[in-house]
Amino acid sequence: MSDLTLREAAKKPDAISPGHRLCAGCDESIIARIVLKATRGPTIVTSATGCLEVATTIFPYSAWNLPWIHTAFENAAANASGIEATWKAMRKKGKGPLAKYETLDIVAFAGDGGTYDIGFQALSGALERGHDFTYVLMDNEAYMNTGIQRSGGTPFAASTTTSPAGRVIPGKREWKKPIDEIVIAHGIPYVATLSAAWPMDIMQKSRKAFEVDGPAFLHAIVPCARGWRYPPEKTIEVSRLAVQTCLFPLYECVLEEGRPVYKLSAGSTAIARRPESKKPVEEYLEMQGRFRHLFRPERRDDLIDEIQAWVDHKWQMLLEKVG
Amino acid sequence: MGLNGDEAAAYAAKQVNPDIVAAYPITPQTIIVERFSEYVADGEVDTEFVAVESEHSALSSCVGAAAAGGRAFTATAANGLALMWEITYIASSLRLPIVMAVANRALSGPINIHNDHSDTMGARDSGWIQIYCENSQEVYDACIEAWMMGEHPCVQLPVMVCLDGFTLSHTMENVLTLPDDVVQEFVGERQFIRVKGHAGETEFRLNVETPLTMGPLDLQDYYFEHKMQQVDAMNEALKAIPEVDAEYAKVSGRRYGFLHPYKMDDAEVALIGLGSAMGTVRYAVDELRDEGIKAGLIKMRVFRPFPEEELVKVVGDLPVLGVLEKAASFGAPGGPLYEEVKTVFYDRERKPLIADFIHGLGGRDTSPKMIKGVYKSLLDAKEKGKVSEKVSFVGVRE
Repeated sequence: MSDLTLREAAKKPDAISPGHRLCAGCDESIIARIVLKATRGPTIVTSATGCLEVATTIFPYSAWNLPWIHTAFENAAANASGIEATWKAMRKKGKGPLAKYETLDIVAFAGDGGTYDIGFQALSGALERGHDFTYVLMDNEAYMNTGIQRSGGTPFAASTTTSPAGRVIPGKREWKKPIDEIVIAHGIPYVATLSAAWPMDIMQKSRKAFEVDGPAFLHAIVPCARGWRYPPEKTIEVSRLAVQTCLFPLYECVLEEGRPVYKLSAGSTAIARRPESKKPVEEYLEMQGRFRHLFRPERRDDLIDEIQAWVDHKWQMLLEKVG
Repeated sequence: MGLNGDEAAAYAAKQVNPDIVAAYPITPQTIIVERFSEYVADGEVDTEFVAVESEHSALSSCVGAAAAGGRAFTATAANGLALMWEITYIASSLRLPIVMAVANRALSGPINIHNDHSDTMGARDSGWIQIYCENSQEVYDACIEAWMMGEHPCVQLPVMVCLDGFTLSHTMENVLTLPDDVVQEFVGERQFIRVKGHAGETEFRLNVETPLTMGPLDLQDYYFEHKMQQVDAMNEALKAIPEVDAEYAKVSGRRYGFLHPYKMDDAEVALIGLGSAMGTVRYAVDELRDEGIKAGLIKMRVFRPFPEEELVKVVGDLPVLGVLEKAASFGAPGGPLYEEVKTVFYDRERKPLIADFIHGLGGRDTSPKMIKGVYKSLLDAKEKGKVSEKVSFVGVRE
């Protein structure tokens, strides 16, 4: 696998131009920009309906310097399947506009709604069929584009417009769907998690994702200032805390001889070495308005402790897998 | 060769050798994807067969493929087409000349696997060209011609080839096929229109060298103009389809049109309709003629774009026209074909009396005797100078 240097990445033109209409502090443009720094050459991008799509392509403007297509909400993986199959057919025939490309990095971007929920079937189908493409989950943990509704990726106790913190019910009552484990269970060659606080890690993992033969899945935690209710300048800080509290560990999972082999990366490696450096989940929760009801008007230690116990349990399970 | 309608579609697709076929099994279409899978397994095509997990993904994959510059074919029926519904509109608005065979089947519920036109009639506003076939020969020919209609530089639209479930899809007929090289030469390579993108002029596809943004957010200030382009494209298809039919006649000796009139020159009563039932109607017309009744038939092969001018010409001075159709529109003044035929004649000075006959829902058989009964009621209207019942349901128990 070829190593990608920062120098090389800095020289490469951005795939997304400035001037798009994503919110101040939005992490989606940061993740997309860094992921696409790692492409090997010819690239085609498909986006599911969502913030990234609507804010970068208001006709007649486009922020994309790559061939880009959006069709619907739930079918990014199916679109990518069609593009990849066409490229393969043209290679086989030795004719057609894509025939000349020895590599074609096909990247599908989708949010948590488009992945955990409505696009889950199309994703599972594409992974099972083994198309050579990279799926990037931009997980801002709710339907932000339609106004902060809960999804299968919304964490426990988060207040959203369809799981509001009320007088009786304190926000979302269900835990986040274990999407990475579900994807890994498909036996695909590469799965990794990303946080904007570790940009080199994103580039290296993205390059690996493009290079493997078959589907790759990149899961980025994507803090949303509007939906998570924190000041927009804190996006990277929130991205970092998600990792430092072990709510969103950074790791990769490579298929070796048919077995998933887990490896911690960047910020999470340090915590595994020095468990005392793991930050309490409260630090992460407290800085976000979506968890405000856990602290005011009265402190809900029961819920905070429940979340801490869940995080500890999940982190322990991951450590066992890493071995 | 002996082919049923599904096999005729699959055989034509094989000879075209598209870049991808993405499809999902559903009765009565399944034979198409089964046969095509065999062609792939035996190395008779270069096509990538994408065995998707749903019809929604089938058409979504075709959209990705066609946007990437490929030729994409799929097939479906009834509920499968309903599941694709969202993407049918997206395929046509992205101006992607995908070809799809639809083995017409009644829409659930209640669940039923047999033929009517409720599925494709539900897609009549989706922006696809629609061709309805009477027999397997027409299925074969349409599945070759469709590429040239859809890819015509003035058109750039997806095409649905509609074949009646079981009546055609599973019924073996003798089909005259063309040699592979003749088909290959006829369809040639996919031609692209050139467009001005934000990175410069380019062929209309996901071009790595000159990137295009396809499927952007399109709001109040441009959406309407883009819809007008689809309106124009359908009007262009009215000109392009006869050109393609003429070219195809040169290589095949079979000449198709929008409408196929039968014994219309001196007809006093006639039926217009779509699909395989037209064969039965033709048989009934012959019998009625033997009885001295001046009956005629207008088989409509192309429903989208609707051949308005040609219909007016073919109808001429006909006194009474019956519409025989296999779809109901609940709560509407009549069935979909009836409403459109009536709309065509509303402003005309010369117009026939028009009555609607909805038949065969859920695969209910329509016999020559029933069709003769329909003609009798048309004769009755002629005699009285008015239609006593605007919409009748033929072959249904009370």
